[in-house]
Amino acid sequence: MANLETMTINMGPQHPSTHGVLQLVLELDGEIVRKATPHIGFLHRGVEKLAEHRTYHQILPLTDRLDYLAPMHNNLGYVLAVEKLLGITDDIPERAQVIRVLLAELTRLKSHLVWLACHALDIGAMTVFIYAFREREHIMDIYEKVSGARMTTNYFRVGGLSADLPDGLEKEIRDFVNSMPGHIATYEGLLTGNKIWQKRIQNVGIISGEDAIDLGVTGPSLRGSGVDWDLRRDQPYSGYENYDFEVIVEDGCDTWARYVARLKEMHESCKIIHQALDKLKPGPVLADAPQIVLPSKQDTVNTIEGLIHHFKIISEGFKPDVGEVYVGVENPKGEVGFYLVSDGSPRPYRMKIRPASFINLQALPKMCEGSMIADVVAVIGTPDIVLGEIDR
Amino acid sequence: MSVQAVVDKLKARFGDTVLETVEFRGETTVMVKKEEIVAVCTFLKGDLGFNFLTDLCGVDYMGQAPRFMMVYQLYNIGNHTRLRIKAPVEEADTTIDTVSDVWATANWMERECWDLMGITFNNHPDLRRILLPEEWEGHPLRKDYPVQGPDREPYQGRLQ
Repeated sequence: MANLETMTINMGPQHPSTHGVLQLVLELDGEIVRKATPHIGFLHRGVEKLAEHRTYHQILPLTDRLDYLAPMHNNLGYVLAVEKLLGITDDIPERAQVIRVLLAELTRLKSHLVWLACHALDIGAMTVFIYAFREREHIMDIYEKVSGARMTTNYFRVGGLSADLPDGLEKEIRDFVNSMPGHIATYEGLLTGNKIWQKRIQNVGIISGEDAIDLGVTGPSLRGSGVDWDLRRDQPYSGYENYDFEVIVEDGCDTWARYVARLKEMHESCKIIHQALDKLKPGPVLADAPQIVLPSKQDTVNTIEGLIHHFKIISEGFKPDVGEVYVGVENPKGEVGFYLVSDGSPRPYRMKIRPASFINLQALPKMCEGSMIADVVAVIGTPDIVLGEIDR
Repeated sequence: MSVQAVVDKLKARFGDTVLETVEFRGETTVMVKKEEIVAVCTFLKGDLGFNFLTDLCGVDYMGQAPRFMMVYQLYNIGNHTRLRIKAPVEEADTTIDTVSDVWATANWMERECWDLMGITFNNHPDLRRILLPEEWEGHPLRKDYPVQGPDREPYQGRLQ
């Protein structure tokens, strides 16, 4: 006779496999998960409220701290939204756009490396973690040379970039990206043919394409369910239409499909980075719009005009037209979007962030209900969530 | 189908429900009456292909009437067009029907909107706070909620 009683157990918020402070309350029937209820908000910092009290330039550092594994993408989404609001999208210099794409794709590599490392670690494949973090460390070094910071880069600016790339960095990026396919082959060698890895993630965490669309899932998690949609190709921004790359779509709908999709996506990112390096020509990295952009650091510290200019922009900000825009970009985790409402003052009247992880997490109960409790750990890793972005 | 054609079809189907249409920086916003929001969304999803709800949020225009505005960002995965739907919500009656039956993803978005903006969604399956603790009082994204929190003096600057 079936036992109708269920047991409720608590997982997190301090659990090594929850990728931050995620609490899952699981209702179990034996080892089968009947219901999974995520509880979030432990990292809530009120970014949207804070943004209403800061000028457009001052909000940029807040965006770093959303998805802290892909800070450049958050910056990119935000600056594109502000530029659209100002109507200066077409005035961004070519070099700035190429560098934005270059760093965005490096960031995608970095984010996918952390996902791979942690996902494998959750399931017990510990070796991959060390290898993936070695390469991630290299990208962090590049970050540091570009922006001075390893994680919260704050490098893009409304109108361009805060500074040009340092000398010699292009070669370093080229060498690193040349080495990447070999590294990816190493990870695949450790995982793809591994029977334990296959058994743990094949046919686990299944979600159909229709359900995924209905639940608002985006990014590689959606493409792993056979939906061919990538904002880089379908609503190109920052010149993505000039790059030749493939949108990876896998039909498996399971954790395995998402694993394969992300690995292939890393190869595509390498392709884009090579093309971006080829396109890189000398030129300005800030738009010619003195009412809006900050002067270069050299001007600010060396000339009185530069200092006045800097002071004026920082203390007063700039005033966009009254209106509202939404810009979404293809973050490594899915679509991250910024909805800005301007009332003509130097501060946004309302800023709404569309967090990819928040909405992808909503699909987690769908993915793990009906499966074994041991699979929950495998499923938590697969939507690639970051709690900094979920809680904002 | 272009966005203009979509707007025309909406007007033809719903008539007076469509209050106004705004173009700004190439983005189209259609404002509709909140009573018809579920019908409009069902029509947009079923007949016009807007199968993806990107995001929804509330905006507080304190001091104006109506005070609140619900904003829905829609996306059509078939032909990659965006459309924004808005519905005004009065301060005296801060309720609107849920669209979580149209797009399941609206469930958490509406919970967030209730949590931070204080808009109540009729017929929502699970309307609880999501980011703030259950016992929290007030809705922080409202304009009359102080940024430093309700129980603190505003920051006056260092020099007095």
